[in-house]
Amino acid sequence: MHSDAFDRYHHGHSPIHSLDPRVKVLVTIAFILSNALLPDGAWIAFALAWVFILVTNGASGLGIGFTLRRSFIAFPFALAAITVLFSIPGDPLFTFRMMMANFTITDAGLLRFVSIVIRSWLSVQMAILLVAVTEFPKVVHALRHLRVPAVLTVIISFLYRYLFVLADEVMRLLRAREARSAHAAGKGGGGSVLWRARVTGNMAGQLFLRSYERSDRVYNAMLSRGYKGELMTIHAHHFHASDWLLGFISLVCIIIMQVAGRVP
Amino acid sequence: MTDIVSVKDLHYSYPDGHAAIRGVSFNLCEGDKVALVGPNGAGKSTLMLQLNGILEGRGEIEIGNMRLSRDNMPVIRAMVGLVFQNPDDQLFSPTVFEDVAFGPLHMGLPEAEVFTRVDSALEAVRMSSYRDRLSHHLSVGEKKRIAIATVLSMNPSILILDEPSAGLDPRARRTLINLLRDLPITILVSTHDMRLVQELFPRTIVMDEGMIVADGITKDILEDEKFLTEHGLEKP
Repeated sequence: MHSDAFDRYHHGHSPIHSLDPRVKVLVTIAFILSNALLPDGAWIAFALAWVFILVTNGASGLGIGFTLRRSFIAFPFALAAITVLFSIPGDPLFTFRMMMANFTITDAGLLRFVSIVIRSWLSVQMAILLVAVTEFPKVVHALRHLRVPAVLTVIISFLYRYLFVLADEVMRLLRAREARSAHAAGKGGGGSVLWRARVTGNMAGQLFLRSYERSDRVYNAMLSRGYKGELMTIHAHHFHASDWLLGFISLVCIIIMQVAGRVP
Repeated sequence: MTDIVSVKDLHYSYPDGHAAIRGVSFNLCEGDKVALVGPNGAGKSTLMLQLNGILEGRGEIEIGNMRLSRDNMPVIRAMVGLVFQNPDDQLFSPTVFEDVAFGPLHMGLPEAEVFTRVDSALEAVRMSSYRDRLSHHLSVGEKKRIAIATVLSMNPSILILDEPSAGLDPRARRTLINLLRDLPITILVSTHDMRLVQELFPRTIVMDEGMIVADGITKDILEDEKFLTEHGLEKP
């Protein structure tokens, strides 16, 4: 049994798939930065950004609504911005009383809140698209060649490799518990909450110990193959004319969004 | 035949004081295919980890006429290819290519050479079409073969494998046996698979409680049923 729950890559042969991963990573970062920098209520720019996403979705062959369907996981995180509804001074729109305090929603607060939600929603879609059209090792590779510190990229690639192994390990632990969670005939089972908590705690401890020991073995395997404290990679990617062209067009689109967002 | 590995009076104790290796001496000739057998906890894996300096004990280890020391450890690690028991420990890179390229890259070889080494190593284990696959999507048998390729790409003089046939189905085991038989290098294999020993290795070393209790022709050792039982082994 393998767990593949974290793999988000969708195989394909579109022009977006075959783009150099560095271009994809750069455009994604530029797009997210641009969203973050857009002023509140820049509706035209937000709309342009969404059109940009729709077009890239379409070009990737995954379907226009691909990222939209997967983007809703980001909403709970956007709710962290809910305090701006009450904390920005402006004309009051609505007041209610809760827990002996008055809360007033202002128009400026509402504008800021809606803008933050839209910004994060657009950015998340771009990130979803990036990992859907780029194999994860290539994303890490691109980061490495874009001079992201090696410590970070190494941690990310080990995380990616061993997330699956750990998930399998957890699955085996859970299965072993289930296999022994029997009921005597005619009696209830399961034990008290405290007992169950202790079992879960032991399992977490087991997982930590196993991972710790595994890290030792992995390190030995690396040493055996000549690791001396610095990870080396091969420069396997080459820029093609199409990479320059599509990268350039994307950056121009992002600049247009910025201009559209700032012109009154 | 020249000795490629020579071990003299090796001792090793774990940090907790437990003595795992207690005076081991043996040698391997070039082209030897040798089985290392013994019960769990006999010190087989500990011994293997010392042959390329991952663990450092007392005693003398010579690889290809070089005495193992901190200075020549990088050279020796390229000569001694160690394949670990669990391929998930050995395959730590996201893709097969990156894993097989890891050794050659860290030996400081030029890129073109790295690419040819990767290709020929994958060819040797008949896994060329797996070059761009993700390691976690492979079966155990495939992972084991890739794990061997990750070491072959370093062009080792000696291949050391820990439990290569554990957890394999009969077909994967057969593929592995054929692969090991055809590899033209010195091989030392630690295993509990006595049928594998019988089939593949002319010479066997038996370890128990940190010491070598027998070192000789496989056929003779496997015939002595009483001796095998004494050391937690079984006649195939």
